[in-house]
Amino acid sequence: MEEIIKEVVIGEQEEYLINIGPQHPSTHGVLRLVVSLKGEIVKNVQPHIGYIHRGIEKMCESITYPQIIHLTDRMDYLSACINNEAVCLTVEKALEVEIPDRIKIIRTIMAELTRIQSHQLFWASYGMDLGGQTCYFYGLRDREKILDIFEETTGGRMIVSYNCPGGLMYDIHPNFQKRVKEFIKYFRSVLWEYDAILTGNVIFRERTIGIGKLSLVDAISYGITGPSGRASGFSCDIRKQEPYSAYDRVKFNEVMFKEGDTYHRYLARIEEMRESMNIIDQLIDNIPEGQYFVKMKPVIRLPEGEYFQRVETARGELDVFIISDGNKNPYRLKFRSPNFVNLGVLNHITKDFKIADLIAIAGSLDFVIPDIDR
Amino acid sequence: MLLSKISNALGIVSEPWWKVFYDFSSLTKGIDEGLRSSMSTFWAVTVEMVMIGVLFLLFYAAIGLFLVYAERKVCAFIQNRLGPNRIGPYGIFQTVADLIKLLFKELIPIKNADSFLFNLAPYIVIIVNFMVLAAIPFAKGLHAIDFNIGIFYVIAVSSMSVIGVLLAGWSSNSKYSLIGAMRSGAQIVSYELSIGLAIITVVILAGSMQLSEIVEAQRTGWFIFKGHVPVFIAFVIYIISGTAETNRGPFDMAEAESELTAGYHTEYSGIKFAFFYLAEYINMFIIASVASTLFLGGWMPFHVGNWEGFNRIMDFIPPFFWFIGKTFFVIYLIMLFKWTFPRLRIDQLLTLEWKYLLPINLVNVLIMAFLVLMGWHF
Amino acid sequence: MNSIIQYFKEILQGVGSLLKGMQVTNRYFFSPGKIVTQKYPNNRKDLVMFERFKGEVVMPHNENNEHKCTGCGICEINCPNGTIEVISKTLVTEDGKKKRIIDKHIYRLGMCTFCALCVKTCPSDALAFSQEFEHAVFNRALLIKTLNKPGSQLMKGVE
Repeated sequence: MEEIIKEVVIGEQEEYLINIGPQHPSTHGVLRLVVSLKGEIVKNVQPHIGYIHRGIEKMCESITYPQIIHLTDRMDYLSACINNEAVCLTVEKALEVEIPDRIKIIRTIMAELTRIQSHQLFWASYGMDLGGQTCYFYGLRDREKILDIFEETTGGRMIVSYNCPGGLMYDIHPNFQKRVKEFIKYFRSVLWEYDAILTGNVIFRERTIGIGKLSLVDAISYGITGPSGRASGFSCDIRKQEPYSAYDRVKFNEVMFKEGDTYHRYLARIEEMRESMNIIDQLIDNIPEGQYFVKMKPVIRLPEGEYFQRVETARGELDVFIISDGNKNPYRLKFRSPNFVNLGVLNHITKDFKIADLIAIAGSLDFVIPDIDR
Repeated sequence: MLLSKISNALGIVSEPWWKVFYDFSSLTKGIDEGLRSSMSTFWAVTVEMVMIGVLFLLFYAAIGLFLVYAERKVCAFIQNRLGPNRIGPYGIFQTVADLIKLLFKELIPIKNADSFLFNLAPYIVIIVNFMVLAAIPFAKGLHAIDFNIGIFYVIAVSSMSVIGVLLAGWSSNSKYSLIGAMRSGAQIVSYELSIGLAIITVVILAGSMQLSEIVEAQRTGWFIFKGHVPVFIAFVIYIISGTAETNRGPFDMAEAESELTAGYHTEYSGIKFAFFYLAEYINMFIIASVASTLFLGGWMPFHVGNWEGFNRIMDFIPPFFWFIGKTFFVIYLIMLFKWTFPRLRIDQLLTLEWKYLLPINLVNVLIMAFLVLMGWHF
Repeated sequence: MNSIIQYFKEILQGVGSLLKGMQVTNRYFFSPGKIVTQKYPNNRKDLVMFERFKGEVVMPHNENNEHKCTGCGICEINCPNGTIEVISKTLVTEDGKKKRIIDKHIYRLGMCTFCALCVKTCPSDALAFSQEFEHAVFNRALLIKTLNKPGSQLMKGVE
């Protein structure tokens, strides 16, 4: 395998290969990038993945549907609640179960909170990658408040396992609404600091404007979804295209820009945080009464056939595809993970930029490596 | 009471003992005469040099220890956390613990490296720092060397630290260290220009390069108030170039880009790395103290026009504390730079210098000369 | 002329944005009341976790050392990775009927993924989560725990 790579990559005499190894603070996980450089200009980037492959899809073939939920938490651990929701929606769609409104609305609120905390972590680690190390602490300090909300209701901070086929694991805690409202008030008053420290900063703008442009045609043909795709003008928000849960009853804007460079990918996420807070505002006061769980059979068996559901995680479109042959285990479960697809475009947009820009671009595409190799 | 008895017995000072803190020249003259009268000139000068050397070593170590601890605490408070707080009350012995750890580390010798240059490089940086520290006026009379080309000497000697950096990168026998050292060297040499021009602006206003005279000229008001706009611009440019000189703050691409060029001091371990690390902090102290001498009035207290009572209270604080206070204010600014801003890319660094700072500096010098000619300063 | 004005405008805007950033950090430097560090382990006495926090699976016993586990093994079936092992034995009661009671309920803390399926699917609500989070041990065998305490028996009235 190494021979093939060497032939393809080293074209001219002056190029040399360096290895941005699996253990590195800036690659957000175990990702190995073999970069071919000419002087300081990047000519080719080959990612090597598989360092954290755990065989989740294969494991799912031998466990029952309620037991799949705890594995989906650990795929893209920053959108844990949304991953759970994806599998639950597929199973409920297959069994044609009617979900009451209360469950839908709570699922939407938890999904939006998950999105906000994922973007907070993105801001924190992006600032740190570029050198402004206080961003890390400010972002995580605010994220702790959301993690407290999660911990009070579900018992876990990052690994929540909250949704299950048929509803929710626990009902929301009595303090939930109060805490969420307090958090939204606090975060709205603090979000200007994020702009003051990073977004408006002239050094940051010099490092990110015009770097790593992804055109609309490329975004559609590579299949880049999520805020990275929307920053190039690709209207791919599943919450608007095929609304699920309670997204058809809330009004929100899809955050889109035209330029598609690193700065706008970053800006798309900051604006998405604001939109998520608007969504939560519309829902938090009107949670209808009802049950939090629909009674299902103790052993869930899906009828034979193929079932498919798309959701919008914090990083893009996650699709769940289940082939069932009537048993209590799925015959095949396939996840189309957004990070795996987004990684494919890294080589294309980093061509002819400097090595310091590689860090900025890889950070703005916002990878979570366990999602790349499930 | 005891101190006054001792000083009267030794015949060193003829005034109340606490006046020494306001004017150290009586103490230094006393020691000088005492030594010269009891031994030949050669030995007197030698004993004086040894005394000053020991004092500076202690001062260097104390400031180094304090600055490393202060940086960690300042950084922690900015980031809403506590910083070192376990070793000693409020963690004040943290640096001592770090030093002991570094002393225990193995000094890894490198195969095929030029070992003489490899070992020499940290010492060059330290020696350069000492030479610059000697020329700075800490208080009235507490001034080791008082050249008539004082500030020129400071710039000239501090440029020699580039030799230490380049030697460290070259003798490490690693291509990444060499690239890092060359980048560092290019950065330091370019920003020397800006520092020099900013200093020339103040020299034009003061009329002399001798540091004690520059401080004396600020008796009626600090230069940052006297020469208003051009001196303020020079101050801003000086601080930016100063942080770039020491490879700190938003300009630390050469040593923080750890995936490719790991910086010129990667191959050093243990106490030699501690030398480079310490030298960086003392460099920062030097930049800050030169800034406070030239722009903020050195050891002169803050007087406002004709407010007699206010001026008396300001005079009460000994000049040494004024100097330290101003220096620490500038150090705080430099630390804020580091912990707030993201890093500049290496080509953006050099663009900033050659396309922005240098033209503004040149025009500033012209404006300053014109102002002095017309007498339009306070 | 335009380009000169543009040049100076750029510089002023740049410096202004830098000052705004420094203002934020400066404000935090001077407000030590906003420090969020918790001085663990010095604050262990008043450290309270949330009541639903998933620390460890335990079998709550009441004052008479009785628990609610009937040894049915539903938790073992539902556990995804074999963390729970239920060893039951048969007991002959006074009227000659054979009843199954729990002998040992083994829980391997090192393998548990905290998915809460055992707690949720237990028909007699015998299991619960405790808020204990300090699980570090030097000997891995200590992580294999037996949840029913010795000498305990089934609570009356639980089927």
